Amino acid sequence: MVPIPSKKGFAGFTGFERFERFERFMMKRTLIFVVAAFLIAASASAQSKLNVVTSTEDLASIAREVGGDRIAVESIARGYQDPHFVEAKPSFILKLQKTDLLIVVGRELEIGWLPPLIQQSRNSKIQPGANGYLDASLTASILEIPTGQLTRAMGDVHPQGNPHYWLDPENGKRVAKAIGEKLGQLRPNDQAYFDQRLGDFSSRLDAAQKRWLEQLAPYKGTKIVTYHRSFPNFAERFGLVIVGYVEPRPGIPPTPQHTLDLINEMKRQNIKLILVEPYFDSKTPNAIGRDTGAQVLTMPPSVGGVKEVTDYFKLFDYDINLVVGAIKQSGAGK
Amino acid sequence: MRTIRCVCASVVVAGALVGLPVPADAQENVQALRQGIDQLRREFDAMQQDYGQRLAALEAKLAAAEAATPATPAPPPAVSQAATTAQPTPTQPTAQIPPGAEGAGGPSGALPVYGAAVGAGSKVFNPDIAVIGDFLGSAGHNEVNPGSPLELHESEASFQAVVDPYARADFFISFGQEGVEVEEGYLTFTALPGGLLTKVGKMRAAFGKVNTMHNHILPWTDRPLVTENLVGGEEGISDAGISVARLISNPWFFLEATGQVFAGNSGDLFHADDRTDLTYVAHLRGYHDITEDSNLDFGFSFAHGNSPSAAAAEPQHLKADLYGIDATYRWRPLQRSIYRSFIGRGEWVWTRREVEPDLFATPRGMYVSGDYQFARRWTAGARYDRSQSLTSGDDYDTGGAAVLTFRPSEFSQVRGQYRHISYVNAPAANEFLFQFQFSIGAHGAHPF
Repeated sequence: MVPIPSKKGFAGFTGFERFERFERFMMKRTLIFVVAAFLIAASASAQSKLNVVTSTEDLASIAREVGGDRIAVESIARGYQDPHFVEAKPSFILKLQKTDLLIVVGRELEIGWLPPLIQQSRNSKIQPGANGYLDASLTASILEIPTGQLTRAMGDVHPQGNPHYWLDPENGKRVAKAIGEKLGQLRPNDQAYFDQRLGDFSSRLDAAQKRWLEQLAPYKGTKIVTYHRSFPNFAERFGLVIVGYVEPRPGIPPTPQHTLDLINEMKRQNIKLILVEPYFDSKTPNAIGRDTGAQVLTMPPSVGGVKEVTDYFKLFDYDINLVVGAIKQSGAGK
Repeated sequence: MRTIRCVCASVVVAGALVGLPVPADAQENVQALRQGIDQLRREFDAMQQDYGQRLAALEAKLAAAEAATPATPAPPPAVSQAATTAQPTPTQPTAQIPPGAEGAGGPSGALPVYGAAVGAGSKVFNPDIAVIGDFLGSAGHNEVNPGSPLELHESEASFQAVVDPYARADFFISFGQEGVEVEEGYLTFTALPGGLLTKVGKMRAAFGKVNTMHNHILPWTDRPLVTENLVGGEEGISDAGISVARLISNPWFFLEATGQVFAGNSGDLFHADDRTDLTYVAHLRGYHDITEDSNLDFGFSFAHGNSPSAAAAEPQHLKADLYGIDATYRWRPLQRSIYRSFIGRGEWVWTRREVEPDLFATPRGMYVSGDYQFARRWTAGARYDRSQSLTSGDDYDTGGAAVLTFRPSEFSQVRGQYRHISYVNAPAANEFLFQFQFSIGAHGAHPF
C-alpha cells in the first residue's frame, strides 16, 4: 500500500485517512452482518428438522411415528439385510457426520459394524454415552439373557440377550416412549408435539395389537421352527411355541446331523411351519419342508424385509397374515 | 484356638529343654523348676485370655460385616423365556455401563453385579481383550524368503477400550518368531472440533491398503511381492507418530485426506540419522457407492523419509519417496450378503530411493487380486504380482498365488495357498502355504 503524503490532522490522521478507516470499518461491519445472517439462516434450517439415523428400519419407522415432520429419519441397514452383518461403508460415515440423534437396537446386534462407523463419524453428539446416542433396548423387555458360563462353543450368542425384541408391539411402545423422551430432550420446544404423536401411536398400536391377538388366538400354542433366533418375542406375544431352529447354534450354518435331528423332532411333534428370514438361504429349510410336509414361510423380521412391509404396523399385519394363512392351510393349529 | 494350643505346647517343650542342662542337686532344683513352670502357666493364661478377647472382637466385627451385606450373592435369574418385565434382571443389583463402552465393543444395558457391593463392577471397565493366533506352514522351495515349515507365525493380543468421553485407545501386541513388539498402540480422539480424527501413538501408516492391514485380515497367507520388495514387508511403514484425518465434503462422494508424521524408523525402509529425519505420509481416499450392492474405493498415497545409509558410513541423510495408487471394487448383494461377495483389489507403487548421495534407484511394482465368496464359509481367490526390487535393475520379479479359505465360524479360518514367484536374482519359488487362524475374546470390529 502506497502511503498518502499528507499533513497529519487531528489525532495524527488526515481527513482522507479518517474516511478510509471509516469505510473499512463499515465494510467489516457489513461482512460481519452477512456472516451472522448466514449463521442464523444455517441454524434456523438446522432447527427445522432434527437429523435422526437408526441402525435398522424398524427403529426408523417407530422414530418416524413419534417425530413426524419435525425429524428426518434414515436407517443404515435395509430390512432385507441380515442386521448382524452390515458393511461399515464410508458412505455411512458421511450420514453419521451430520446426525443429531443415533438410535441403535443394542444388545450387541450391531457390534460387528457400528462401532467403527461411530468412531470415524467425527461427531461428538452421537458417541456412546453422549446425548445424541440412544440404545433402544434399555427400556425393552429382553428375552434369552444367557446365564452361567458363556463360550463361543454355543455359537454367536448375544451375552446381553436376544436383540430381536422389536417383534413384540409392547416393546414397540416402550421404544417409542424412549425415543419420544429423547426427542423432547433434544428439542424441548416440540415436546408437546412429540407427546401427542407418541400417545397417538401407542393407542393405534394397542388397537392393532388387540386385532392381531384375536387373529392368532384360535391357534395359540402352535408349534413352529425358525431358521435363526429372530422370533422369540413375536412367538411369546402371539402364543406360538418355537420348538427348534434350522441353525444348530446361533450364527452356525445348518449341519446334516442337526438337520436330521430336526426333521425327526418335527415329525414326532407334527410341526408344520418353518419361518425363514428373507436373508437366509432357503435350501435347507425347503429340504426339511419336503421331508416333513411343513410349509416354509419367508417371514420378514424387519420393516422393509419384503416390499409390502413399509412400516411397523404393516410388519405385524404381514407376518400375522402369513402365519395365520399357513396354519389354516395346513391345519397345523388343530 | 488350635494355634494357641500349639504355641503353649511348643513353649512348654522349649522350657523343658532349657531346664535339661541342670543335672545336679535335683531336689533343690525341683522347687525352682516348679516355680518356673507356675510362672509360665500364669503367663500362658494371660496370653490365652488376651487372644481370646481379640478373637471375640474379630468375630463380632465379622458378624457385623456379614449383616451389612447379603450373606450370599443373589442367584442368577432363570432364562427369562417368560419374562415380561421391562428390565432384564430385576432381582439382581445392576451396574451402570461406562459411557462409550458399547461403541467400543463393550457391553450395553444394565449389567448384573456379581458378589454385590464393594469393588464390584470394576471389571466393567476392563478393556476388550482378544488373542488371535496365526499358525503358518509352508512346503516347497524358496531361496529368497524361506519360511519355517511349521510356525506359530504370530500371536496378536489386542486391548481396546474407551479412555474417556474424548478418546479411545487400541493396543495390538504382537508375539512373533522374533519376539514381542507393540504392533500398534494409539489413542484416537473421536470428538475433536473441525472434524479432525486424530491418532497419536505407534501405528501402521495410511499408505495404500495392504500396509494398514494386520496379518489376520489379509485375504492371503502372505503379503504381495511389491510389499515385500518395496514397502517394508510384513512390518511395512509402521512407526510412532501423529495422524490427522479430515473429510473433504463434496456433493459427489466420500473423500478423506490423511496426513501423518512419524519418528522416521520403519524396519529397513526408513531410518532416521537424526531427529530431523522424520517420515511423512499423506493419503487421499475416495469412496463411492455404485449401487446398493457394489462400490469403488480408491486412494493416492505418498511417503517421504530417510533411507538407511550404507553400513559404516557417516550419516548421509539419503532420501526415499514412495508413491502409491490403490483401487478396490466390492460387490456384496445385500439380501444374500452372508453367502456371496467379491472383492477385487490392486495397488501400484513407485519408489525413488537415494542409494548413494545423488544416485537414485526407482524400482516399482504392483499387484492385482480377486476374492470370490461362493458359499457362506468359502472364499476362493487369486493374485498376480509384479515388482522390481532395489537389486533387480530393470527386470521384474513376477509371481502368482491361488488361495482357498474356509471359515468354520466368524472366529476361525483355515487357508491354503499355492504361490509361484520367478525371481530375477534367484531360482523360481514354488510353494504351498497353509494357515490356521483363530481368535478368542472380544476383538473390535475392523474398519471397512
